[in-house]
Amino acid sequence: MQTTLSKKPLTLTFWHRWRWLLWLVVVAVIYLWAVTGLHFTGLQESAAAVSRSIVHGLVHPDWSYVYNGSGEDLVSLIFQTLAIAFLGTFISALISVPFAFWAARGSHEWLHVRSRSGKIILTLIRTFPEIVLAIMFIKAVGPGSYAGVLAVSIHSIGMLGKLFSEAIENMDRGADEAITSAGGNGAQIFMLATLPTIMPEFISYTLYRFEIAVRSASILGMVGAGGIGTPMIFAIQTRNWPRVGIILLGIVLMVLLIDSLSEQLRKRLI
Amino acid sequence: MEATPMISFKHVNKIYDNGTVGLKDINFDIPHGEFLVVVGLSGAGKSTLLRTINRMHEITSGEIRIEDEAISQYKGRSLRLLRRKIGMIFQNFNLVKRSSVAKNVLSGRVSYYPTWKSILGLFSADDRQKAVQSLHRVNLAEKLYARADELSGGQQQRVAIARTLMQDPKIILADEPIASLDPLTTKTVMDILKRLNREDGITVIVNLHSVALAREYADRIVGLRAGEVVYDEPIAKVTEANLNQVYQAG
Amino acid sequence: MMTQVPRRPWTQRWHVKPIGWTVLMVGLLIASSRMTGVDVAMFFGNLGQFTELLVRMSQPAWDYLPVILNPLYETIQMAILGTTIGAVFAVPFAVLAASNLVHNRWLRGGIRLILDLVRTLPDLLLAAIFVAIFGIGSTAGVVTLAIFSFGMVSKLFYEVIETIDMGPLEAMESVGANPLVIIWYAVLPQILNQFVSYFLYTLEINVRASTVLGYLGAGGIGVFLQRSLNEFNYSQTAVIILATLVVVMVIDGISNHLRRVLL
Repeated sequence: MQTTLSKKPLTLTFWHRWRWLLWLVVVAVIYLWAVTGLHFTGLQESAAAVSRSIVHGLVHPDWSYVYNGSGEDLVSLIFQTLAIAFLGTFISALISVPFAFWAARGSHEWLHVRSRSGKIILTLIRTFPEIVLAIMFIKAVGPGSYAGVLAVSIHSIGMLGKLFSEAIENMDRGADEAITSAGGNGAQIFMLATLPTIMPEFISYTLYRFEIAVRSASILGMVGAGGIGTPMIFAIQTRNWPRVGIILLGIVLMVLLIDSLSEQLRKRLI
Repeated sequence: MEATPMISFKHVNKIYDNGTVGLKDINFDIPHGEFLVVVGLSGAGKSTLLRTINRMHEITSGEIRIEDEAISQYKGRSLRLLRRKIGMIFQNFNLVKRSSVAKNVLSGRVSYYPTWKSILGLFSADDRQKAVQSLHRVNLAEKLYARADELSGGQQQRVAIARTLMQDPKIILADEPIASLDPLTTKTVMDILKRLNREDGITVIVNLHSVALAREYADRIVGLRAGEVVYDEPIAKVTEANLNQVYQAG
Repeated sequence: MMTQVPRRPWTQRWHVKPIGWTVLMVGLLIASSRMTGVDVAMFFGNLGQFTELLVRMSQPAWDYLPVILNPLYETIQMAILGTTIGAVFAVPFAVLAASNLVHNRWLRGGIRLILDLVRTLPDLLLAAIFVAIFGIGSTAGVVTLAIFSFGMVSKLFYEVIETIDMGPLEAMESVGANPLVIIWYAVLPQILNQFVSYFLYTLEINVRASTVLGYLGAGGIGVFLQRSLNEFNYSQTAVIILATLVVVMVIDGISNHLRRVLL
């Protein structure tokens, strides 16, 4: 016993001494592969001119686009973008609750078959690109913000379901125990103890997800799913840089505002 | 003739799935209206013993009778009705922290309501009045509309007791009710339990770490060690010396 | 026995807060459904088309797999380079934004404002602009990912720096070491593991992000994604998505394992 104990550190020190070299080689190989694999197009001749006109456009935004009453102006489309994010997140939060209870690990579960299957489904949803979802829904309901709402609703389940299920796994089960011992049945335990205990965390995660949804709703329009992305990609393709400038400004302001609003609300919740 | 006991343990054993012995051949009776304190080191099986009474834990063999009825066959509605007459107090109070005191107290009444009414929070005016009275009995009526997490630990435990009173319990099980409290609030909580025992005739079973408190409040003390009853004396016969043997390594 | 019920303020008695929130939520929901033209009937009416699309996607054209292997590699390479460049630039900014290292409030505030602004920009939007500058190809993708990860990593990094133990640092300050030496010997050892962990986490996110960047011409598998979608070749789309899924899961697995080892 004594000898095996004293021998072990020796082999460990050898491994410790040379481990960094192994890692260095691995990392070097990975970077070599990454750098040599890409064909760098380099700067195009027009790049400098394009950059200059972009900067010029950004500094001289197209103020007339902010509001013109057509319903296709910046303010209207920003509101439309927020509407897509809001509705999508709301629907997604509702659908995520059953998914979360499905994927949350219970204590008496055989091999965690239920929770594992739920977690795999959530990972699949999370990895499925939102843009592709948007394109698929455009086939179903036509181009426009409705497709955007559906894409956000489905895609957000992947992340919200995961966050919710982790909240359930870590929640304090004390109140459940109390209602059980008072003679409550399953539905009563869930509605009077589980849900009120977990609700603030669910709402907080939903707000956080809403912040992300605002960002994605502002680009979904690039594939035709409504919101500010549509005029944005159109302005970029037509090299209308003053227009790009004002839209960028609008998006930045919108995101900053929503982030700080949501942060305030989340602080008050927990 | 001796009256039937409130609770009666007959050769009760509990072995956990991993083979650990939780309870070993427990045999004793608890008469109506007794204030029983269970002492022992942590891990001795106090909590397990308490939870077998309202079937929060299942036993492996033996029999537990409450008011002369075997409880092991209860399931569904009959089990919920059994639990209704057994109130339970927990070390960590187990309140819904972000809900109001009123909601927490009323939730103790769930088993008197059909599911749909209780989940919608449709409690009757009588029960709302009863909630105020329950709070009054723990001297917290003024906190009716406060949020549970605004209260101190001792106050939260008193809310938990008020919640239990809503069940109209015949038995109260208290699992380390004062382990998270300071000495002053400890006394308040123990006094309330004692008063419920004296005034309402509720049978009270309390798990405690503190031998001093046990001697102060108990009618009878049962000592557990490694899942076995190693001590069982009425308070008149309890002495410092013989009680200490509970804590000696077997 | 009648017991005195405590009085509630009128806001509580009339449930002003819950009712207010409910009204606000319902109002917002109605307004946004109108604005986005949500029509439940239409969705179910067109469900046929949608399921047809799903049916076609459920028959992946596996012979397409060899074609997309190279672009898949390119996607990973873009993610690795972009994350690395972003992380390298993030380090000095993170140091300057950390409140326990930089005591000048204006400098710190300015740096944080820049970082906040960078973080507001969605990745696809950056990609669209850089494709206009660098032309179609992976350069635009790498630059996009670099900027995107710069914003994200710098915030994660300065939050890590703010949690370090200041003891060793004050010890070195007291002997008059210069700031760079202090950072090298007193700060770096405390945060290296978490830095690497966050780097890997960002890499995971970038691998996901990079798969769609090509949709706007910024290189990688996204180019093929767009092509298949434009040609309504959904059995190819399915192969691309499945292959992406495998890559993302493998990278996630490796990165999760490394992070567990590190922390």
